[in-house]
Amino acid sequence: MRQKLAITGNEAMAYAMKQINPDVVAAYPITPATEIVQIFSQYVADGEVDTEFVAVESEHSAMSATIGASAAGSRAMTATSSQGFALMWEMLYIASALRLPIVMPEVNRSLSAPINIHADHSDTMGARDSGWIQIYCENSQEAYDSLIQAVRIAEKCLLPIMVTIDGFIISHAMEVVETFDNKEVQDFIGKYKPAHPLLDVKNPITIGAIDFTDYYFEHKRSQIEAMNNVMPVILKIAGEFQKTFGRNYGLFEKYMLDDAETAIVVIGSTAGTAKAAVNNLRKQGKKVGLLKVRVFRPFPAKEISEALSKLKAVAILDRSAGINAYTAPLFTEISSALYTQGKNPKAVNYIYGLGGRDIFVKDIENVYKDLEKIAITGKVENLINYIGVRE
Amino acid sequence: MKKMVEIRWHGRGGQGAKTAALLFADSAMSSGKFIQAFPEYGPERMGAPVQSFDRLSDEPITVHCGVTSPDIVAILDPTLMATVDVTAGLTDDGIIIINTPLTPAEIRKEMGISGKKIFTVDASGISKSTLGKEIPNTPMLGALIKVSGLLDIEKVLDDTRKKLEKKFRTKPELIEGNIKAIRRAYEEVRGER
Repeated sequence: MRQKLAITGNEAMAYAMKQINPDVVAAYPITPATEIVQIFSQYVADGEVDTEFVAVESEHSAMSATIGASAAGSRAMTATSSQGFALMWEMLYIASALRLPIVMPEVNRSLSAPINIHADHSDTMGARDSGWIQIYCENSQEAYDSLIQAVRIAEKCLLPIMVTIDGFIISHAMEVVETFDNKEVQDFIGKYKPAHPLLDVKNPITIGAIDFTDYYFEHKRSQIEAMNNVMPVILKIAGEFQKTFGRNYGLFEKYMLDDAETAIVVIGSTAGTAKAAVNNLRKQGKKVGLLKVRVFRPFPAKEISEALSKLKAVAILDRSAGINAYTAPLFTEISSALYTQGKNPKAVNYIYGLGGRDIFVKDIENVYKDLEKIAITGKVENLINYIGVRE
Repeated sequence: MKKMVEIRWHGRGGQGAKTAALLFADSAMSSGKFIQAFPEYGPERMGAPVQSFDRLSDEPITVHCGVTSPDIVAILDPTLMATVDVTAGLTDDGIIIINTPLTPAEIRKEMGISGKKIFTVDASGISKSTLGKEIPNTPMLGALIKVSGLLDIEKVLDDTRKKLEKKFRTKPELIEGNIKAIRRAYEEVRGER
């Protein structure tokens, strides 16, 4: 039976994991993702899932055990955040290069130092080129729906996938989430048939062999190609999801964008806050719009450029800093995409929300005000701007 | 109801301000509202001032920023009023509900509050007599339902009973105690004449 539940982002993730019923989960707790595996371990203890739960001693071990389990031929998952994610680092690249379809909920949190437990995207943005598929969610419903789709995407593409929510803002906030029947979820994800399981002793293979100047490049080339092929798979599975469950997901979401003169591009929970700003300004007759990036890896460069092509000015909002004497990750990607696609709206970068600094509807309305000025004058005075920081 | 109603809870770490916000939102969802409930996560410790928040609407809620101008403030511990600006951001006709045996007029005088609508309920006293210990957050729900007029009390009690029956299968006295606490606070909450 489908039911509406009042649950937090972490509860939604854990509930989806229960319904996915993976063969193996290896995990280590870290704020604000702790609840995901804590709740899941309760499902294990209560016999509600068939999962082998491995309580490991660190996130490095969590990812290592998940890699081992996935290579062996099981449907394997873990979950983490921030420093824990950082500790997984070297294993992230191994998971993707071994083409293991691991599914990982990730709760976006800032990185130390200074120590901070609150939301920003520094953790997963740092791993944007680790070969993982990345889906960023605006709210708990998207997280629940995306995690279910993620299993299919990963297993079809033979690539690992992370599905992220903003720490505390979503992970610890209760919202209404429509959940599906266990059987509906199981029918949708299907039975896992591993491509080359290590435990298939009749067909022995080597995994993780040495690969020097002779073939390393070819193997990397094929990994690049694997990522090149992901976007149509995401869209196909999103289409099936819509047919079965009703909600529509794309690579990104356009909100009031088609006739807009200025727009904001943003990732995660702030997209929801920005929608309220768009609604307010639309009521005043301003032609403003929004593009929310959902799939950041693979990066839909052509599609996003096309969607932004008619704008006079666009602001790209980053919840992580580049710290590179240039711009932040999302801006760098989008401005590069616009350039290579020959599209030329005036583009400007705003960095906001580091370490969980709140961003309000008013702050976003002010960005649109800046954009209006840029649209009129055709001049970008400050390429890089900051929202809500004391200078 | 107006487009979106925002509520701020004030309590002390361990008093159940977060649980109160979650319970109220859960009841509101069961009554067909769209909801959000979230605590403020600071360096929370037992006894330290904490806040939590609710948003209720007849339409989907997309904003994910903090609540800065609440329509209603619910105060679980009246001693907080001496140190925390509990009326911050509250409009002049905003509502304050306080857990105290004092009357609204007495509170208004003691705290020097002008404007706003003040309501009081002895939630601690009610919880002591119905549940045998001081858990003011459950009765405060009853007071909030009465004062806000947002939800139907009978529906909420029905829904709460069902949830408690699942949670406290082996402790039926807790189910009745909680239901009685909510109903008494609903009936006993006082406004100003």
